[in-house]
Amino acid sequence: MSRIDTETARKVAKLARIAVPEDQLPALAGELSNILTFMEQLGEVDVDGVEPMTSVTPMRLKRRDDTVTAGSMPDRILSNAPDAREGFFAVPKVVE
Amino acid sequence: MTQPNTLTIAQARDALRKGELTAVELTEACLKAIDAADALNAFVHKTPELALERARAADARLAAGAAPSMCGIPVGIKDLFCTEGVASQAASHILNGFRPEYESTVSAQLRDAGAVMLGKLNMDEFAMGSSNETSTYGDAVNPWKVDDRRLTPGGSSGGSAAAVAADLCLGATGTDTGGSIRQPAAFTGTVGIKPTYGRCSRWGIVAFASSLDQAGPMTRTVRDAAIMLEAMCGHDPMDSTSADLPVPDFEAALGAGVKGRKIGIPREYRMEGMPSEIEKLWADGADMLRDAGAEIVDISLPHTKYALPTYYVIAPAEASSNLARYDGVRYGHRAKLAQGDGITEMYEKTRAEGFGPEVQRRVMIGTYVLSAGFYDAYYNRARKVRTLIKRDFDTVFADGVDAILTPATPSAAFGLGEMVDADPVQMYLNDVFTVTVNLAGLPGIAVPAGLDRQGLPLGLQLIGRPWDEAGLLNTAQVLEEAAGFVSKPAKWW
Repeated sequence: MSRIDTETARKVAKLARIAVPEDQLPALAGELSNILTFMEQLGEVDVDGVEPMTSVTPMRLKRRDDTVTAGSMPDRILSNAPDAREGFFAVPKVVE
Repeated sequence: MTQPNTLTIAQARDALRKGELTAVELTEACLKAIDAADALNAFVHKTPELALERARAADARLAAGAAPSMCGIPVGIKDLFCTEGVASQAASHILNGFRPEYESTVSAQLRDAGAVMLGKLNMDEFAMGSSNETSTYGDAVNPWKVDDRRLTPGGSSGGSAAAVAADLCLGATGTDTGGSIRQPAAFTGTVGIKPTYGRCSRWGIVAFASSLDQAGPMTRTVRDAAIMLEAMCGHDPMDSTSADLPVPDFEAALGAGVKGRKIGIPREYRMEGMPSEIEKLWADGADMLRDAGAEIVDISLPHTKYALPTYYVIAPAEASSNLARYDGVRYGHRAKLAQGDGITEMYEKTRAEGFGPEVQRRVMIGTYVLSAGFYDAYYNRARKVRTLIKRDFDTVFADGVDAILTPATPSAAFGLGEMVDADPVQMYLNDVFTVTVNLAGLPGIAVPAGLDRQGLPLGLQLIGRPWDEAGLLNTAQVLEEAAGFVSKPAKWW
């Protein structure tokens, strides 16, 4: 059915923000196609009128009060950052 | 006296309470065993100073009386759990150097109950794998061995299973998204329980597939699983899917027997090409429960064959969303950038360097099935089939079945490296008996039930009704006693 071609593999890698070298795209396309072929068995199942599952246990998500419960700890939040400066996460230039 | 590190949790608890043993002595015995077991590559971050500090505190608490069951018990923690100030990297290069500022709820509950953390345990990267071969730390090795081959302890909780089987700790935490507690338990002759979805808080556990992930204990006996599970469970406001239900005394529920309990044998689990040994083990297990007074009934779970493809749509879809947070900004690895690289190159290079091949594959599959044009065909269809899979179980339980007996795995442990050239789908087949349980949110337990003809352990799985871990553990203990599995791996490491 839906074989993934090199072009689609390139697009998926881009969407996933994973750099894949050009020469590895055909192999990636093949692997993804195999996995998708395996998934296509699901096409056999009659799912007419079946609700897609949103929660496996029939319980309503708990609500909490809309109050601040934690905060004022920028040093701890930044402590693992690869590049933190002056209380901020630092990244390469985003806007030209 | 018996080496303290070989005691069960129940035995150690009793010895500690009687003053026959101190938590420091017990911890030192485990630390010594760990240092002698580097060949197993089970403990990947050792925390001996922290362990001894907690052991001393446990001894003080024991001396004061009324300490909880886990007080002074040395345990290993899977690397997927965030532990304050201690490396926690989900066995991934992308979390290199990450030391959380906070403690996961489950490991905090164990800590507060007095348990002694010995260190962090090996696993498959982001819990994606069934052989512990995708870890950035290298393979964990099964203490069981029958020839020259080094065998897999299973995955993803491979380090936890190896450590418990090799007596490096008395119990370990695992997590289970598609079988990651139960399959390694079966491969190592240990006990592993995945509780009902919502029993254990997921807060502070690195997320893989949030609608499927559950933590659970891995131990040497069913009684130990009951003791440790109780300490791990309970409502947590930090996890919106955590169940606000009372936690029963699981240990007290043991010993009730199975007289009159109805055990279902699902015909769809009789897979084509199933090894005769597995089939025999399964039949023997049914006989044991029948002999103990249970009623054995044939049942049907018609959508079983669609569980694996459903899982391999839903889990990667959720993973692709969850793993979007690894972007080189807030924690872990960031790639070195070339002149002129912008933020997109930073993301793409960081994720290419930081994620291993299996994680990249699953993130991309997830991205594909969630992308415009395919969302309905794959993701929504899988969620509908998941509804049907759960309905199969609901029907069987409504018909009065108390628990379901199946094999835990389609084979015994295989050799490390043997599946390297196999199609990824071949590896996914390891989860064929376990993955339905996660999709339906049910509790499931693997119990060692025998050895195959090579001498490797094989496990059986029991699946319970939602929130009936107590009944499930009770049935599992009947099976454990009847099977009389006492074999231990011969020490070669």
